[in-house]
Amino acid sequence: MERVPILKIGPTLFVSIQIDLQDESVLALQEDLAERLVATGAHGVIIDITAVEIVDSFIGRMLTVIGSISRLFDAETVIVGMRPAVAITLTELGLSLSGVRTALNAEKGLEILNGKS
Amino acid sequence: MEVGATRGRMAVYLRDNQDKVIGRWSELVVAGVRGRTSYDEVQRELSEIYALVVRVLADADEHAAGELRATLDELSRTRARDGFTPSETAQAVFSLKEAVYELVADSADLVPEYLAFSRLVDDLGLRTFEAYSAAREQIISDQSTAMMELSTPVVRLWDGIIAVPLVGTLDSARTQLVMEKLLDELVTAGASHAVIDITGVATVDTEVAQHLLKTVSAARLLGAECTISGIRPQVAQTIVSLGIEFGDIATKATLADALALALRQAGLKVVPQ
Amino acid sequence: MDELPVRSGDDVVRVRQHVRNAAAAGGLSLVDQTKLVTAASELARNTLVYGGGGVARVEAVKSPAGRSGVKLEFTDEGPGIPDIDLALTDGWTSGSGLGLGLSGARRLVDEFELTSKPGEGTSVTVVKWSRLTSRCLPRPRATSAGCG
Repeated sequence: MERVPILKIGPTLFVSIQIDLQDESVLALQEDLAERLVATGAHGVIIDITAVEIVDSFIGRMLTVIGSISRLFDAETVIVGMRPAVAITLTELGLSLSGVRTALNAEKGLEILNGKS
Repeated sequence: MEVGATRGRMAVYLRDNQDKVIGRWSELVVAGVRGRTSYDEVQRELSEIYALVVRVLADADEHAAGELRATLDELSRTRARDGFTPSETAQAVFSLKEAVYELVADSADLVPEYLAFSRLVDDLGLRTFEAYSAAREQIISDQSTAMMELSTPVVRLWDGIIAVPLVGTLDSARTQLVMEKLLDELVTAGASHAVIDITGVATVDTEVAQHLLKTVSAARLLGAECTISGIRPQVAQTIVSLGIEFGDIATKATLADALALALRQAGLKVVPQ
Repeated sequence: MDELPVRSGDDVVRVRQHVRNAAAAGGLSLVDQTKLVTAASELARNTLVYGGGGVARVEAVKSPAGRSGVKLEFTDEGPGIPDIDLALTDGWTSGSGLGLGLSGARRLVDEFELTSKPGEGTSVTVVKWSRLTSRCLPRPRATSAGCG
């Protein structure tokens, strides 16, 4: 099973999802992020989904859950790089991903975390 | 009543007299076609259909009916495209009956078989009409889509601020288009703010409001904030009376107001020289 | 028509890729491809998780009007759905409908058919048709490749 790598740069954790994730990998990511948040005391999480072609209700809910978990550790999560086709599909599914911020790319995501937006 | 056996016998008869029937059928069709297609081409088309008809009557396999439907649909489409009227195409199918009738007219013992066969051909002829109709409707729908594309521009108002002036109706098809164009432009322009102007939207009811909310929801997934502008006085009254809530989406009367708000949110200020 | 097993998480990933290819081959726009693959993901997951595993069938189809499309069928021999109406509850907010993602999947496709009987399993068939985009303006006597 592929485990998605989590990078730490300063006070921020970076996750870049590159492949078509299986359900197990998705759950593993949640666990790993929770552990790293506790271990590092990071203030923010950026999840880059630029390469993700499909976000179904399972993955959508995972993103929301990650947002909730992060908030428990006083960290904010920003989902960046969502593709237009994915956004339209999620909207049709009725998922608004409330509880997480979003941005066009990692740079803008960092601006949000640093309080510039 | 063994319809199956009757049809089966007809299948055998048609197979035995294949060349004669196809030949006569082709002659009849070519006469109706008035030179627009050659005898050879017609014979080729009809042979294919004939073989499928025989298979359907023989009930030999479960795919025959589907293939026959598909072949007839294709025939209807090409004929329509080549300028034939639906009646001409249906007539071509019906003339198969005539070709067969000429052969069986003298044998009284094939009456039930002929009747079963005739019923089948009637259905096939009608089907070509339906296929023609469906194709026309598709063309109209496609042209309407093309027109919609042309009347849905997305403009860049300022660095990071884009606007979508909506004119006309906002149904679900249009909403899909608006979302696609808006989101694509958000990415291309690297914009963080979108203004959706509804001055030109004739009626704003609950359905239209739902579509607007959906559009804003999609834009937000790309990190963009949205403002809805162009709310006319009558529209405002309708919105309130219908109990429509725009929640945390900013709304403004004019595009100018919306632009001012967007600039403010972007940390910009317009100063006289 | 292709038949694929749905018996593991890997199978679900394979089904997604297969549907993606079929959708592209069927001339569906990028957004429509995404919607169909997402619907397939939902349905495949249901087949695996609630249906105890099953089969996915992918087929290229053509409408009477000549439009190309993709038809998907997901069958399982699991416990079946006791209350279909409840399972298909349409809700704007997520989480409704027993979490089966059926109402969501239905919104993503053009045709949706569900048969299920407790104890006899479930079968879901969906179809998505290609739509015209501005690249494919209708022209007399011309064929437009990739425009369904």
